[in-house]
Amino acid sequence: MSGDDEAVLEEWRARIAAAGAARAPLRLRGSGTKDFYGEALAGEVLDLTAWSGIVDYEPSELVITARCGTRLSELEAALETRGQFLAFEPPGFDADPTIGGVIAAGLSGPRRPFAGAARDFVLGVRLLTGGGELLGFGGRVMKNVAGFDISRLLCGSLGILGVITEVSLKVVPRPREEQTVRLEMTAADAVAAFNRWSAKPLPLSAAAWSEGVALLRLSGAAPSVRAARESIGGERMDDDAASEWWQSLRHCRLPHFSAATLWRISLPPAAPPLALSATPLIDWGGALRWYADPDPGADVRKLALAAGGTALCWRGAALHGRFHPLTPAVARLHQRLKERFDPLGILNPGRLLAAL
Amino acid sequence: MATSDAVTVPRGDIAAALRAVLPEDCLLSRPEERRPYECDALTAFRELPAVVALPRTEEEVLRILLTCNRLGVPLVARGSGTGLSGGATPHAGGVLLSCARMNRVLAIDPDNRIARLEPGVPNLRISELAAAHGLFYAPDPSSQVACSIGGNVAENSGGVHCLKYGLTVHNVLGVRGFTIQGERIELGALGGALDSPGSLDLLALVTGSEGLLMVVTEVAVKLMPRPPRAQLVVGCFASVHDAADAVAAIIAGGIIPAALEMMDRKATVAVEPFVHAGYDLEAEATLLVESDGTREEVDDQVREIEGVLRKCGASGIRIAGSDAERQRLWSGRKNAFPAAGRMAPDYYCMDGTIPRKHVGRVLDAIGGMEARYGLPCLNVFHAGDGNLHPVIMFDSNRAGDWEKADRFGAEILELCIEVGGTITGEHGVGLEKLGGMCVQFSPAERAAFAAVKETFDPDGLLNPGKLIPTLARCAEYGRMHVRGGALPHPELPRF
Repeated sequence: MSGDDEAVLEEWRARIAAAGAARAPLRLRGSGTKDFYGEALAGEVLDLTAWSGIVDYEPSELVITARCGTRLSELEAALETRGQFLAFEPPGFDADPTIGGVIAAGLSGPRRPFAGAARDFVLGVRLLTGGGELLGFGGRVMKNVAGFDISRLLCGSLGILGVITEVSLKVVPRPREEQTVRLEMTAADAVAAFNRWSAKPLPLSAAAWSEGVALLRLSGAAPSVRAARESIGGERMDDDAASEWWQSLRHCRLPHFSAATLWRISLPPAAPPLALSATPLIDWGGALRWYADPDPGADVRKLALAAGGTALCWRGAALHGRFHPLTPAVARLHQRLKERFDPLGILNPGRLLAAL
Repeated sequence: MATSDAVTVPRGDIAAALRAVLPEDCLLSRPEERRPYECDALTAFRELPAVVALPRTEEEVLRILLTCNRLGVPLVARGSGTGLSGGATPHAGGVLLSCARMNRVLAIDPDNRIARLEPGVPNLRISELAAAHGLFYAPDPSSQVACSIGGNVAENSGGVHCLKYGLTVHNVLGVRGFTIQGERIELGALGGALDSPGSLDLLALVTGSEGLLMVVTEVAVKLMPRPPRAQLVVGCFASVHDAADAVAAIIAGGIIPAALEMMDRKATVAVEPFVHAGYDLEAEATLLVESDGTREEVDDQVREIEGVLRKCGASGIRIAGSDAERQRLWSGRKNAFPAAGRMAPDYYCMDGTIPRKHVGRVLDAIGGMEARYGLPCLNVFHAGDGNLHPVIMFDSNRAGDWEKADRFGAEILELCIEVGGTITGEHGVGLEKLGGMCVQFSPAERAAFAAVKETFDPDGLLNPGKLIPTLARCAEYGRMHVRGGALPHPELPRF
């Protein structure tokens, strides 16, 4: 780490101190690919792209460490050269997010039910708190239970506790073989079939349903993928077309995602279809359902809750905030954590919860 | 040794207050009844709790918490007491809450592939029940016959299959329970949903929090398809360095085995008389590499593993010819600790994790320490994760032996930190590794841990004195262990 580089962190620390003194909020920003995500943005932009670069990557350790401003494309390219990848397939939407933003948002792509979520791959972070302290938690090893797991706490925190300046992630080998099959069926049948297949030792890496077609991605050693494809049946998709489709799903670029009102509903995977007339796009083997333009007047949040899940208003007008409301006891814990890590309340205020 | 402060609220008052809100048979107050709870599996730390409470229901847990909170009495929750770091060592002036009677399986849901459990359910029981549906619960600490899911959540327990299947934190979907103030909280999702965006990941924070943040009364875990096949490849090496290189080569080659374990020669020599597994006792290091999955997957992976081991200069390679042989080869690994127990009156198991590339170097250094401290140490460990388990053998009846073992262990942990690792991979900090926490974390980082603790437990009543060392404790540790008043290798980043 050169002296010039350190100057970047010093500058941020000074900005945070000045913002604290003026009680003027700061809006933490990487590439801005998720400006649309979460509650309203507020404050002067603190651009986090200048602190970038891969700090350490050793394929035999299965760990990569990068500064927050490192672009996802750079990180994925480095992994690609060594046959590895980020198994949680973070969405980048229409551009190239920073790894700090990826972790702060904590979103995961189609592989999530089979490989794990963003938080499952976080091994360690460095954090610049609202109090201007630079702290390190977790580490660069696979197993680490020393102290509370603050690294994972920060995954999905949307910057309300501090600036993630560096992150260490677990990486995994890219599967040797990947094939996709498609089968025509109804949404209800697809949910049942996904859960049946998910309970079997099949090399599934994604299971989605859209417009009358179920798509299953199989990843692993060639003989095992071949055997699974034979047992599942269906029509094998062209590899390039399949790869493009899964990328479009990962980055929310399919036509379904352009609806004016879009709900992201996280449910137990076997939950029956919700009582809505709109047809969902189903991902995560049934555990994630995207409803575009649901019936006006339908209480989506209540339906999701009744089905054992939560609803997030991804786009469009949401009453009472975008996210599923927290219980008062859990909200109080959020409040107290915010006060401890950002006592002056200047980092991304209101971004995760309107009150914080 | 005594580990906590003297009683502040008279014991009789605590017992009377609990008796007023609980059935009589939920409380143990006579010394001989409390004695079995005086320690967990780290028996060097013992303390008699003021009262032992054995609730059967969530409502009874709540009453115990509210009573402790009202009286300002410390509370230590305990699962099966198999923990290795003193995480469940009682507080002399406090209540020991045993979850042993809260052992109901609330649901096995094969459609959503989850199990909902009370905290006292033994780990292995989950997989036994899930087997009817072709499913299993992946984390398998070596104490899985006895250890409870509540204890696993508290410690974020691992096992031999972490490399492929993850730790407890990767396999728990939700918990519910109470803060010490009696607030009911539900974190994550108990019904099988995979996320709940728009909230801080308090589930991750609570997992591995060693009972400092809340008392868990229900846990929802993920069940996975049971792999139909498993095969074990054993590789023998002339040096631990060669074996460590083979571990790196397997992983760099894109293979993630279900388990990747190493035993040094001292370990194989120690266990062979008991298990008759037929280990090569001339080999300085033995690797156990397990592949699981479908027949096609396993056949393919075993072929590759064999190839890598051969290329890395294995002096012998053996593939288990039958399931019985596979079990026998594993039993040596699993019985390493009991074998150490037969070789010496006491043993002390460490738990540092290091980047895999430093395995050879650290094992060499441990060899040097054996000579210096005059205590033998054998090594069996999760090589794939870089999670070491040096087992230091000593005799607590011999004057000075425990102190030497303690110092030996601390030196190993300091070395783990020095090479970029951590003092604990899966056993937890508890009381045992408070000193190591002083070395691994800066005062500001330790203050952040204390702040998290205060967020959940402002009066510091839940499992006080564990996990987070006080400033005074660190100053004391510094005087005892750190030469010249400076941290070892201050130029190195701490993680």
